[in-house]
Amino acid sequence: MLKIDDIHVYRGRTHVLKGVSLHVQQGEIVSLIGGNGAGKTTILRTISGLLRPSRGKIFLKTSKTSGETDISRVPAETITGLGVTHCPEGRGIFSQLSVKENLMIGAYLRKDKEGIADDYARVCALFPILGSRSRQTGGSLSGGEQEMLAVGRALMSRPELLTLDEPSLGLGPIIVDNLFSVLAEINRQGVTLLLVEQNAIKALKLSHRTYVLETGRMALSGLSAALIDNEKVKKAYLGGT
Amino acid sequence: MKRIPLHQIWYFVFVLSGAVFVFIARSTFNEYILSIINFVGIYIILAVSLNITNGFTGLFSLGHPGFMAIGGYMTSVLTFPVAKKAMFLELPGWLSHLALPFLPALLIGGVCASLTAFVIGVPVLRLRGHYLAVATLGFLIIVQVLITNWESVTRGPLGMNGLPALTHLWWVYAWVVITLYVSWKIKFSSYGRSMLAIREDPLAAQCVGTRLFRTRVVSLALGAFFAGIAGGLWAHLVTAITPASFSLVLAFHIVVMVVVGGSGSISGAFVAAVLFSTITELFRPLEESLDAYGIGEILMALILILILIYRPTGIFGTREPGFLTAKST
Repeated sequence: MLKIDDIHVYRGRTHVLKGVSLHVQQGEIVSLIGGNGAGKTTILRTISGLLRPSRGKIFLKTSKTSGETDISRVPAETITGLGVTHCPEGRGIFSQLSVKENLMIGAYLRKDKEGIADDYARVCALFPILGSRSRQTGGSLSGGEQEMLAVGRALMSRPELLTLDEPSLGLGPIIVDNLFSVLAEINRQGVTLLLVEQNAIKALKLSHRTYVLETGRMALSGLSAALIDNEKVKKAYLGGT
Repeated sequence: MKRIPLHQIWYFVFVLSGAVFVFIARSTFNEYILSIINFVGIYIILAVSLNITNGFTGLFSLGHPGFMAIGGYMTSVLTFPVAKKAMFLELPGWLSHLALPFLPALLIGGVCASLTAFVIGVPVLRLRGHYLAVATLGFLIIVQVLITNWESVTRGPLGMNGLPALTHLWWVYAWVVITLYVSWKIKFSSYGRSMLAIREDPLAAQCVGTRLFRTRVVSLALGAFFAGIAGGLWAHLVTAITPASFSLVLAFHIVVMVVVGGSGSISGAFVAAVLFSTITELFRPLEESLDAYGIGEILMALILILILIYRPTGIFGTREPGFLTAKST
């Protein structure tokens, strides 16, 4: 579905990604872990067209692309239209708009009114709290509810690939558990997930495969179940000795 | 039979009572009161249209009087009687024999202001926040300098006077209704929501597929169109137009109306425009009789400070009064 081939990305003059490759298969949950400043967010923003790679290519294949298409030079709004939606770090809730307006704006590029209504019902079923607070402003929600709103908004564009940047940021353990079980459910409903997380254990447990990023380069990759027992990963990210 | 939703009945009531008010006002009030009502109407157009740029999309523009000046001068040149044109202006041949009726002249004025907004929007809207405010301020000054020095067309600092007094309350009322209607339609459309989203969080707005830059340019141009119309109405109300009318002070007044009303709230911009322009006009005779000029301005500044302290999101926030909006759930 997604294949990143040796991309280099600069942010300002800083060389953040120094030749990163990864791939995501349809139906998978893939997680991306690594320390601060490793370039996790940069990878997601490059995929979604918010940043441009200086070198390398990104190939995407969804039902809306004609075969495998290079999207490394395509603007963000077009990429959303191709079925890849990015759920940004820090949620990016439109705090003055109501919860329903926030969700509806997720469907900005869509014209199928009935499909939108179906997806609104589906999001409200996944996150019942959003349905019951539909007229409240986005800014009045708690942190966990805002994250649900951000995920729900991303789903309203009916993505085939959903990229999530630190969904557990600043949330309590129970809310994170709840959120991750909904992410698993979203995946079962057919959405491929690419997840960036600082909560490495959670990410490894949820995902099928994991990439470990270190200062702009891939350090390790493999099945999550295998990596969870990997000595190096244990030492660096799971607080093991 | 389909029932008409309650909020639409309210729209109808408002438009109708406005029309009744205009009718009664025109037959009872004297010229002076009528001119004040006209100014209030023009301020409503200015505040509601700046609210599209500044309130919906969050572009802090101080250039509104600049667009107003472009619309005002364009309209004035077009409606100026041919005989007077020969006397006062040195226009290119085709223009010196042309005197248009009011409506087409107004529309051309608005479109010119809008086109200017497209042209300056492309470079200027790459800036944000304070930088954008300074750049639009620069635009306002450029417009003023151009008008002051382009004497063959604008008569420079003297301005053009003796314009036909074409503006009356029906014209102003009609444009107030059109401005309100258009911005209301925008706000409650998917496009309007994308404007608000861009204001709230540009990055997240981009993630859901809005076209950041294009939406920003369009919202500047839309605001500029109505500013241009307001400029034309203004010029033909006071029957004169000078570069000094379109000053930074005016920009400040309109911005204050949007901020006090609540950025993004159409009702707020409307109420604040009525409030502030009435205060300024009502205090003018008082100021003259007491020989204490500036009381109106002081009161206005005081209200602004109090609002910013006790209600920083403005009177209405981003919202509209509940009885005017559709119940969606």
